Amino acid sequence: MALLEIKNLHARIGDTDILHGINLTINRGEVHAIMGPNGSGKSTLSYVLSGRNGYEITEGDILLDGESLLEMEADERARAGMFLAFQYPVELPGVGGMAFLRAAVNARLREQGEDEVDQLGFVKLVRAKATELGIKDDMLKRAVNVGFSGGEKKRYEILQMALLNPSIAILDETDSGLDVDALKIVSEGVNSQRGPEIGMVVITHYQRLLSHIVPDFVHILSAGKIIKTGDKSLALDVEENGYTDLMENANVA
Amino acid sequence: MFDSVSVATTFREELSKVGVIFCPISEAIREYPDLVRRYMGSVVPVSDNYFSALNCAVFTDGSFVYIPKGVRCPMELSTYFRINEQNTGQFERTLIIAEDSSYVSYLEGCTAPQRDENQLHAAVVELVTMDDAEIKYSTVQNWYPGDETGKGGIYNFVTKRGACRGDRSKISWTQVETGSAITWKYPSCVLSGKDSVGEFYSVAVTNGAQQADTGTKMIHLGQGSRSTIISKGISAGKSQNTYRGLVEMNKGAEGARNFTQCDSLLVGDQCGAHTVPYIVSRNPSAKIEHEATTSRISEDQLFYCLQRGMTEEDAVSLIVNGFCKEVMKELPMEFAVEAQKLIGISLEGSVG
Repeated sequence: MALLEIKNLHARIGDTDILHGINLTINRGEVHAIMGPNGSGKSTLSYVLSGRNGYEITEGDILLDGESLLEMEADERARAGMFLAFQYPVELPGVGGMAFLRAAVNARLREQGEDEVDQLGFVKLVRAKATELGIKDDMLKRAVNVGFSGGEKKRYEILQMALLNPSIAILDETDSGLDVDALKIVSEGVNSQRGPEIGMVVITHYQRLLSHIVPDFVHILSAGKIIKTGDKSLALDVEENGYTDLMENANVA
Repeated sequence: MFDSVSVATTFREELSKVGVIFCPISEAIREYPDLVRRYMGSVVPVSDNYFSALNCAVFTDGSFVYIPKGVRCPMELSTYFRINEQNTGQFERTLIIAEDSSYVSYLEGCTAPQRDENQLHAAVVELVTMDDAEIKYSTVQNWYPGDETGKGGIYNFVTKRGACRGDRSKISWTQVETGSAITWKYPSCVLSGKDSVGEFYSVAVTNGAQQADTGTKMIHLGQGSRSTIISKGISAGKSQNTYRGLVEMNKGAEGARNFTQCDSLLVGDQCGAHTVPYIVSRNPSAKIEHEATTSRISEDQLFYCLQRGMTEEDAVSLIVNGFCKEVMKELPMEFAVEAQKLIGISLEGSVG
């Protein structure tokens, strides 16, 4: 069975239609890249999938492991295995990093009917994963995302992903605001979590992320529709020729 | 303490070994009349206000603590209040005296069962610190707040005041206020000692139809006296939450300083947060700082937590506890855990 199935998905915010019938099937073990120009609906897609309020689905369905997500709230979807790495991670003043991570992990464990993590073991686990991502101890002691640099915020997202073991991870412009070195560390972090059990959707503007996180499929999103699907060479194509040609061809077709 | 009658005071023996007296005030009046006579009513006079006068007229019992010179009280002392009786009020009195170079940490907890009628809680708390002495007074107040429409609940009209009489003496008030239909409460410090220190750390959570009007008064009389006020107000539902505070620098308060920070957090769009600071300076060398913020739990913050699998209620509780962390860390450890849970419970059903 497919891991995530997006069927003829139409969505709007207020009176504005943004997604115009998206079809996409993601199997376990696959990495799909979604590329597209500004305003093509990339971020909307990530919010609609993860169940953010304010988006209305007017047609179509989203299935995770064959179950429709449409009636599920954002937290229920998260506990079912959906993870969104935010383009702009949100600051939570005063909320300690460890407490936040533990609350997230425990919510997931409770759902699975397992015992909550013990504090000491958890701290060790977090430290080990954090070290892999080049996250300093001091950062874990600070309030969530408060005063983090762009690179630190993105690394912190990937750390959360590593701790939550999602079945489907959506990375929304994880490369934005990263310099070359930070991009490399974050990509390595993502790659280390690739495997036969997880499906990933990597949303990006640029090819450069995809030379680090090499996708199995590349989809071009334009005006709320997928206009072309290919392999990694499609991303290189876009890099060279831009989106304009593709969009024009799509219109002709 | 049930309906102002003391049930038991534990550990008295251990305390008496170091000379600490911890007993019901009724007993103190019999056993230590000189101490009671010297201090009772010296910080909060009978004529102070309507409710203190009422308390003086009808009070039944309360707690008495005496820490002798140079003694650091070996344990945290605590009293737990509960109102059971219907159609009644609770009028307890607390008197704590810390002699030179002594220290005590005192905890006060409150609960009351659910009743449709309103009940009155009009307590008086007096603290006295002498040279180099310190009293840390912590309260977690969880009186019944009434139902959503405002029916029933406790009227919490309490007069709490400390006198820093000695040089370098210190009084620190920490309060977590989650209950009561109406709260009027201003734990204050009269800083007459030279270089004396007053602190007020407060978290007030209101939900439903609750009204909290709370804050402090820092009356600076002594040279070099210092005070810090950190107030965190969280309003949800249709509640109103007001910080009302006075910082008064008097003529003799040469070089005195105050720092005040008042932060308000709004949950939902039908509640109110108000900050009413009164500042009086009669000494040009005194420094007073006041900072205030009002914020709202943003949809972004909530979604971020939800996306990590937390329920909306867990998310709100986490964000709110982050917001009041500066105050919570002032509470004794076991109290802090309880207070955190209490804040979560108080805000249940406030979102979504």
